[in-house]
Amino acid sequence: MSEAVQSVDATSRPLRRSVFQQIISNKTVWRGVIAIIAFAMLWEIGAQFKAWFGIEIWWVGKVPPPSEVFTTWYSVVQRPGYWESWYLSFFRVFLGFIIAQIIGIPFGLALAVNRYFREIFFPPFEILRPIPPLAWVPASIIFWPTTELSIAFVTFLGAFFTIVINVLGGARAIDIQYLRAAQSMGASQWDLFRRIILPGTLPSIFTGAAVGMGITWEVVLAAEMISGGGQQAGGGLGFFIWSSYMGGAMEQVIVGMISIGIAGYLSSSLIRYLGTVSMPWRRLF
Amino acid sequence: MQAATATKGAISIRNVTKIYDPEGVNVMAVDDCSLEIAPGEVCMIVGPSGCGKTTLLNAIAGFHSITSGEIYLDGEMLCGPDKPIADQGADRMVVFQNGALFPWKTLLENVAYGPIVQGIMGKKEARDKAQDILAEAGLADFSMKFPGEVSSGMSRRAEIVRALINDPKVLLLDEPYRAMDALTKSIMHESLLEVYDRTKVTIFFITHDLEEAIFLGDRVVVMTTRPAKTKKIVNVAIKRPRDYTVLSSEEFRLLVAEAKGAVHEEAIKAFEAGERELA
Repeated sequence: MSEAVQSVDATSRPLRRSVFQQIISNKTVWRGVIAIIAFAMLWEIGAQFKAWFGIEIWWVGKVPPPSEVFTTWYSVVQRPGYWESWYLSFFRVFLGFIIAQIIGIPFGLALAVNRYFREIFFPPFEILRPIPPLAWVPASIIFWPTTELSIAFVTFLGAFFTIVINVLGGARAIDIQYLRAAQSMGASQWDLFRRIILPGTLPSIFTGAAVGMGITWEVVLAAEMISGGGQQAGGGLGFFIWSSYMGGAMEQVIVGMISIGIAGYLSSSLIRYLGTVSMPWRRLF
Repeated sequence: MQAATATKGAISIRNVTKIYDPEGVNVMAVDDCSLEIAPGEVCMIVGPSGCGKTTLLNAIAGFHSITSGEIYLDGEMLCGPDKPIADQGADRMVVFQNGALFPWKTLLENVAYGPIVQGIMGKKEARDKAQDILAEAGLADFSMKFPGEVSSGMSRRAEIVRALINDPKVLLLDEPYRAMDALTKSIMHESLLEVYDRTKVTIFFITHDLEEAIFLGDRVVVMTTRPAKTKKIVNVAIKRPRDYTVLSSEEFRLLVAEAKGAVHEEAIKAFEAGERELA
């Protein structure tokens, strides 16, 4: 009797599981983990093929095996320079990215809502847009007094154009019926902007942010390699790879590459998270 | 809401002509069209695709200009010779063909939108009122859902509620039930009739569906193929309140037959002219 009552009670209450339990029981997580382990194993076999079987596999045979990479990584994480590089690259990426958002979103919205603004600013924008950010490196080294500012500027450009194009496209693609409906319900221009155009553009803003974030990482890494890492300690992950390469430490090059992969993954996860939080209506799809 | 006898919402369309001029090619969408709609009337507009019905609705709502003629609402000129485009206003609420609930707002926020932006209610008052009238439409349990989470029938019903909270003189409906299956459509019809019996708001309703037109309307205006003119007006004397049993009555069948003749003639003309579907 008492058991029956208990079981009814248990089903009527939502099952509470800890986050850890949820991750452990999630098949998607396990598939991902197994895939990464399988990849590392194939890599190890490929890299060690010559040592084990006497035949070198082209390309993979030149790459240090993961066991050595992880050993190197273990010693690298104990050096403060590695973490300073992480910090510096993250700082540069987010500095450029955030400035690009702050300027790019209003600029894109202004292009979308005001015809005169669009007619004046869109043509020069379209001429500057196809120039790859890295083509700006020499010019920006001349323009800006410090290496740090040059890197920030180039990073900003990397994200800026993508953000603007996405915002402009998103705002222009808002169904005219929403605007008409809002206007006939008495919305002022400001209401229209704040309550219709802004939320209607939000999905494109996040698309632009996700793409822009990817480009920013590319640009920061390249700029760090070209500029020699700037004057600060660490020099950034790009400089870390470059100086490891110059020193012939191939394991460290791979450590740097995987670090960037992780950093990029963390950055795009953050944007995805912000996207789901700020657009509850998109969670349904 | 309003009393059951209507005193407002008289639309007078006088000699309205609309010529579109895309790239210098004149296209006459509406030609010298006149129509008087009484307060509280349900006026159904039927005609071939692309005949200019929506053009007329857009002119009343203030979305498009007219080339000549005048449109009055309760004796006040909306648009005319000196003012080709009417001001948009909450006295004429439109329910669109594809639905225009804001996808980023819940049904409740959608309904509360009008009174809030017009500044006639505070946020809380507007939300309370919205919840009340959503409940009247049987949507109380869905008020916190986003439009993407409910069926097309429910979202269309919410859209009509969103229009009604503004206490409009006229409800302008542009084929609101076009893409719906027959069963959902019949539920929508009954709920619209129920709303009408309660509010007696003037309704200007565009449709392709003759049976829908006769079931809902006081008058069915058959338009010619483009340029639109009134070809025939069918008076529907079936008494209100109506329910689905009307659909199987002899009276209903005769009216459908009467309207069908006129519409069929125009449909053939439109088809032979190779009219593209613009609506």
